[in-house]
Amino acid sequence: MLKINDLHVRLEEEDKAILRGVDLDVTAGSVHAIMGPNGSGKSTLAYVLSGRDGYEVTRGGVALEDQDLLELEPEERAAAGLFLAFQYPVEIPGVGNMTFLRTALNAQRKACGDEEVSAADFLKLIRDRAKSLQIDPEMLKRPVNVGFSGGEKKRNEILQMAVLEPKMCVLDETDSGLDVDAMRLVADGVNALRDEGRAFLVITHYQRLLNHIEPDVVHIMADGRIVKTGGPDLALEVETNGYADILQEVA
Amino acid sequence: MGLPARRQEDTEARIAHLEVPDGAAWATEMRKQAVSRYLAMGLPGRRDEYWRFTRPDDLNTPQAPSAAVVDFGEAPAFGGIDRLRIVFRDGVFDPEASDDLSCEGLEVERLQSATAHEIHWLKDVYGVLEARSQEPVARPFAALNTAFATDGIVIRATERVSRPVNLTYLHENPDSDAILHFAIKVESGADLTVLENGPAAARFNKCMEVDVADGGAFHHVRAQGRDHERRAVTHMFARLGKKSAFKSFTLTANGVLTRNEAFIEFVGDNAVSHIAGAAVGDGDFHHDDTVFVVHDAVGCESRQVFKKVLRNGAVGAFQGKILVKEGAQKTDGYQISQSLLLDEDAQFLAKPELEIYADDVACSHGSTSGAIDEDALFYLQSRGLPRPEAQDLLVLAFLAEAIEEIESEDISRDIYGRLKGWLQRHRR
Repeated sequence: MLKINDLHVRLEEEDKAILRGVDLDVTAGSVHAIMGPNGSGKSTLAYVLSGRDGYEVTRGGVALEDQDLLELEPEERAAAGLFLAFQYPVEIPGVGNMTFLRTALNAQRKACGDEEVSAADFLKLIRDRAKSLQIDPEMLKRPVNVGFSGGEKKRNEILQMAVLEPKMCVLDETDSGLDVDAMRLVADGVNALRDEGRAFLVITHYQRLLNHIEPDVVHIMADGRIVKTGGPDLALEVETNGYADILQEVA
Repeated sequence: MGLPARRQEDTEARIAHLEVPDGAAWATEMRKQAVSRYLAMGLPGRRDEYWRFTRPDDLNTPQAPSAAVVDFGEAPAFGGIDRLRIVFRDGVFDPEASDDLSCEGLEVERLQSATAHEIHWLKDVYGVLEARSQEPVARPFAALNTAFATDGIVIRATERVSRPVNLTYLHENPDSDAILHFAIKVESGADLTVLENGPAAARFNKCMEVDVADGGAFHHVRAQGRDHERRAVTHMFARLGKKSAFKSFTLTANGVLTRNEAFIEFVGDNAVSHIAGAAVGDGDFHHDDTVFVVHDAVGCESRQVFKKVLRNGAVGAFQGKILVKEGAQKTDGYQISQSLLLDEDAQFLAKPELEIYADDVACSHGSTSGAIDEDALFYLQSRGLPRPEAQDLLVLAFLAEAIEEIESEDISRDIYGRLKGWLQRHRR
């Protein structure tokens, strides 16, 4: 599904190398987790995948199925099936959450040559998805993320994911700022979307999210590289011993 | 103190080809007084306090600079709304294109007919509200208008009228120089909506005087725009009685020069006035909102919301003053003027002013200028919106606070539709 090959990235403004050769192969139907200490390049990877400005790819490439992802504009990546759940979802005053979601869904459908979804069908779809995430219908009427609590913002990200039905979901520190109950709700939302045709890349600093979203593969990232790859046990090892032991071991 | 010789010459030359129209004695007297006011004030110059942001040159010339008539194939504004249509062609009333002027709850009359009567309600409005506005800030083009306007409509509303009156200004002659004067009296308990649209002329000088009696309500929505080269100087005067309401919204798209002045005066307690404007400019566009609100009564609420989206050399100006006179306690005043600059060539100039002589009031004002939020833009793109669509969505969101001042959903939908059309035509 997602193939990252020897990816090198530097920050344009600071002329600083952040990613130094990332290799990753996420197959359809699987959940991969990337863990790592602060500053290891996890969030940069998420941003580069989504097409944010300010990063320069100096070597390597990324393919989503058979498409060269790095050639595409952010909106084309979305239409190709990539979705990034933001660590810090952006507040957009004046744009209603519902209008936003419907415009986004229709833009993606249009890009794929599909018919726009009718107002009635959309309403049905969003009510159904919102209900399972315990999202108050009032939240749908409010401007995007404005005045939302941390938990509401993250649930809103998952709601967007559930409506847009992407193939490749990247979750950037979705657990940050969540209490246990909110985390379970978000994880349930993600788990409900797991299926054969869809893959997940879950970026997290802590292991606790992975108790709720069980990964198939766990990678440890440090200093812009994947330094160790293993099964779910690797996450537990981090939880018990911290990153220091693993980093020493691979050094 | 007289005017400097050069300015006096220009001031006289500006009206040399104009004649005070015939009318009843009171009308002639009012017009002559307006000529005197105009001559005493003189044409504006760049050093005048309220003309520093806007060059008056093209308004000062005796002949109007030409303006090409443009057709975007855009549907006329308010087309889907049941309304009483009153049409002017280059500043001249066109009865053929207009609806029958009889409407329940309304008295609608042409200006020249109303000013011919010795006894008419108009006597207490025509030029009266304009004259009240001339202190302390001179508005010479309004005095000129009162003196020389040969056409216009006067309206008296005696009931709640659900059908809006739509003044449509067609521009067909590239050299037309139109002067129109409207006077409106909203009687106690009556409710009237006036819609305005169209570029009107190469150069357009318009005054609207609105006298709202106790408990009356007046709604105004204007779609100003289209022809790139047109110039306009407009004045809206309002005198508001006890528990009355005045709501005005203006959309301005295109126009090389627009100066919209408003002078709102609260004379009765517990009245409400909301004035809002949304202006979008690309290229050779200069838009100036100059608004004065005078609180001379207790417990009145005034709100001014002005938003401008500018790019490619377009200039926006806002001058807004809230004057709270001694004794105007419990005044609630809010003023916001903001611009969204879509590139580095656009310019926004603002001068908000509060002058308060009462001690128990709540007044706030703010003015900001900024670029589009790149984080929001990226967020929208990451959800599949192409950049131009994402930008349009953010622009509309920025303008929303002003557009929300329109109470009618149908009219507000019409305004949104026009804005979306403009944004699509002006995508980069």
